[in-house]
Amino acid sequence: MSALPSEASVASMVSVVGALDTPVPRAAPLLDRESREWLVSLNGHGPGRDAAIARLHALLLHAAQFEVARRRPTLPHVRGNEFEDIACEAADDALVSVLARLGDFRGASRFTTWVYKFALYEAAAKLRRRAWQGREVPLEAESWEAFTDGASDTAAEVERRELLATVKDGIARRLTPHQRTVLVALAVNGVPIDVLAERLGTTRGALYKTLHDARRSLRAGLAESGLDLKLTESGGGDANA
Amino acid sequence: MPDFKRAVVRLVGSGEPEIGCDECFKELDRYVELELDGVDADAAVPGMRAHLAGCPACREDHESLGAFVRSTRPS
Repeated sequence: MSALPSEASVASMVSVVGALDTPVPRAAPLLDRESREWLVSLNGHGPGRDAAIARLHALLLHAAQFEVARRRPTLPHVRGNEFEDIACEAADDALVSVLARLGDFRGASRFTTWVYKFALYEAAAKLRRRAWQGREVPLEAESWEAFTDGASDTAAEVERRELLATVKDGIARRLTPHQRTVLVALAVNGVPIDVLAERLGTTRGALYKTLHDARRSLRAGLAESGLDLKLTESGGGDANA
Repeated sequence: MPDFKRAVVRLVGSGEPEIGCDECFKELDRYVELELDGVDADAAVPGMRAHLAGCPACREDHESLGAFVRSTRPS
């Protein structure tokens, strides 16, 4: 089980942000009472701040345990005590992130909702990485089964096959090697983006930008081939030649 | 064909304007609270819905935060 960061290390991190000297951020008038109290306590000094940090960690741990419990059925090979360790580590890491970013909180949501997202993010990322621990990350297309429905020779299936062939051609001819690697790993093989980011030594945001650019190239190829995609949430998924 | 549609969106995206993962994380708490409060969250955070459709990890984060915050509110 990971220990909480030391008080000295936390104070050091927060002082880097430069928010400690100002008890309440500029957006304070917009904050609800509970959020203001959290900020005043966490930006304060002494036992009051220690107690607030302890309460904050308890909130973060509760959120992390919630996420672990949600995902636990998908990880049957992981031992029970390992889940608790993951939740504790997620809460610890989230605490560090929250304290380092207190100055970023502007009251767009309740303070508790803002901090919960850090704990849930950390827990989810750790669980995804744990699920792929020791597994090879496939960078070549493993299967295209998800892109066919196994149906016979209906007109719709013919159109889908045409669309898939055009997409495959686009992947081979329109994408850079890096775009191809990222798109195939994420969108074909289902590798989680933070797992791939860790393996490739980059960030989730940078990988998504690459994925976005690759998708745009593929859609351009489809459009040039006369395949009109309607893929919004409310639209259909059919290709109309 | 929902499965096929989902697979194709995963592959080529929806083509709608969308924000990136960093912006998504930044706005996620506000977006979820607006949703839970019954406000038009998509109007408040343009590009979020398209990003959630195209990014499974952010979609999971969105689902988790919504479920957790809902569980902490009085019913």
